[in-house]
Amino acid sequence: MPMTITEKILAAHCGKKEVAPGELINAKLDLVLANDITAPIAIKEYRATGAKKVFNNERIALIPDHFAPNKDIASAEQCNMLRQFSRENDLSLYFEVGRMGVEHALLPEQGLVVPGDVVIGADSHTCTYGGLGAFSTGVGSTDVAAAMITGEAWFKVPETMKFVYKGKAGKWIGGKDIILRTIGDIGVDGALYRAMEFTGEAIKKLSMAGRLTICNMAIEAGGKNGIIEPDEITEKYVAKRARRKYKFYKSDKKANYVEVREYDLTGMEPQVACPHLPENVKPVSALGSINVDQSVIGSCTNGRIEDIREAAKVIKGHKVHPYVRMIVIPATQAVYKQSIKEGLVDIFIDAGAAFSTPTCGPCLGGHMGILAAGEKAITTTNRNFVGRMGSPKSEVYLSNPAIAAASAILGRIGTPEELK
Amino acid sequence: MKFKGKTWKFGADVDTDAIIPARYLNTSDPKELAKHCMEDSTNPDFMKKMQPGDIIVAEKNFGCGSSREHAPISIKAAGVSCVVAKSFARIFYRNCFNMGLPIFESVEAVEGIKEGDQIEVDADAGVIRNLTSGKEFKVAAVPPFMQELIAAGGLMAYTKKKAGL
Repeated sequence: MPMTITEKILAAHCGKKEVAPGELINAKLDLVLANDITAPIAIKEYRATGAKKVFNNERIALIPDHFAPNKDIASAEQCNMLRQFSRENDLSLYFEVGRMGVEHALLPEQGLVVPGDVVIGADSHTCTYGGLGAFSTGVGSTDVAAAMITGEAWFKVPETMKFVYKGKAGKWIGGKDIILRTIGDIGVDGALYRAMEFTGEAIKKLSMAGRLTICNMAIEAGGKNGIIEPDEITEKYVAKRARRKYKFYKSDKKANYVEVREYDLTGMEPQVACPHLPENVKPVSALGSINVDQSVIGSCTNGRIEDIREAAKVIKGHKVHPYVRMIVIPATQAVYKQSIKEGLVDIFIDAGAAFSTPTCGPCLGGHMGILAAGEKAITTTNRNFVGRMGSPKSEVYLSNPAIAAASAILGRIGTPEELK
Repeated sequence: MKFKGKTWKFGADVDTDAIIPARYLNTSDPKELAKHCMEDSTNPDFMKKMQPGDIIVAEKNFGCGSSREHAPISIKAAGVSCVVAKSFARIFYRNCFNMGLPIFESVEAVEGIKEGDQIEVDADAGVIRNLTSGKEFKVAAVPPFMQELIAAGGLMAYTKKKAGL
């Protein structure tokens, strides 16, 4: 039976020759992940079972990134739970402040998730690793607690939707625009319970950063996982960093798709998701004049070095608008260091922007840039729900790094072309 | 299993930030989380008005967004007996079965219930009765594995048994 890449990876992890959509399987996990918000519940649940040993102390990643560096006493207690549990169980993948980064940027960068993996994480954006050609999906804390004991998780094999992108993307168009356009098309539950397979000539040319951005936001369409077939670009990315053996899976030519959708990127404008749902997507020129109080570059969606470079290219030689606070947050320490090396930090500071240590911070309204009532932000993050970045009376617009950077200079949502 | 209570209606795509805003996620204490249940939703005074046993009835894709189990925990700890929706977001759905918040899918029930109606959810019979209007609706069947999970007492009890703990 012909299978999709998602079906092949799942079959290989439950010891079967083939699996079909709808089938319930118990899959072996290559990595289990949780953060400072979700791990405390998982740790409590784990301890309540009386379990004495985790399934594998090298395959559980605990990353304090959401409210870390600790934003208040309660957050400090939560981070401390991860720290203590990691020491008790001798977990090799605990990342302390100073070494940590935003989880979904850090794990691929460090070669800790690899093509062909099955990964669960108590964080909805765990679907990011599909950009490497892995099956990865977000779950809750209880799933992680059970997986820390068994090293397994149950899944219903999802149906796959295929998204084909053709045409030549213009300047400033990246993974973010591709995924925003897709979510705008199918809606926030357009891929509910389904695998989203991204393919086509435009994807084949896309950098690993762009691919990770696309798969990162599969959850914003309700998808179970996002996935892209690994190729030479993937090989180049993983060859130098993979800490484990990896395997490239590819969809069979005659694999079954529940739906196929095609998009032509030729002439496509940068896309912006307007409040208060990621599906409220418009081309940037259709927005009219929207003043912004804050511009954020960062997160698991767009905090990689390519994103920081793109924003720096736009900002260079300009000043942030007097009424705007621009906050740049590299997703990992390696991205931070590279930004220093390339002189990007100087560019931002000279322009009047803040440059922060890695954290999820403002993306989920945690810290490092919370909005007051009535304020508006343009941000490279992934969600614009009511209250997502602070006050329930604030508004969040989602875009790529170039648009967020140009808007910081203009004081309103706009494009690099509008800069003098 | 039967749940009887007054209904509170919500729209489509209620996200987990609306159910429990991230600013309260520096704790996982159910009682603390319950205080802020639905605070950023279209009914921010939900906790002031609701009574234990009340039922949330929502349109499609309830619980979309983050994976935070704090969302179903806050609903359960608030005293909501169950949630009826046209559909549920995937991670929220999975979390509810894992941690034990009863949820039911029924398009016709959501369309046939007005806010404030008294309803009875009869899980065994697979029906929802609107006691105010006298109408009856079918509930989508719970998948067999999910029934197994419920019978075992949730995912952790199921896992304990499997791991021989």
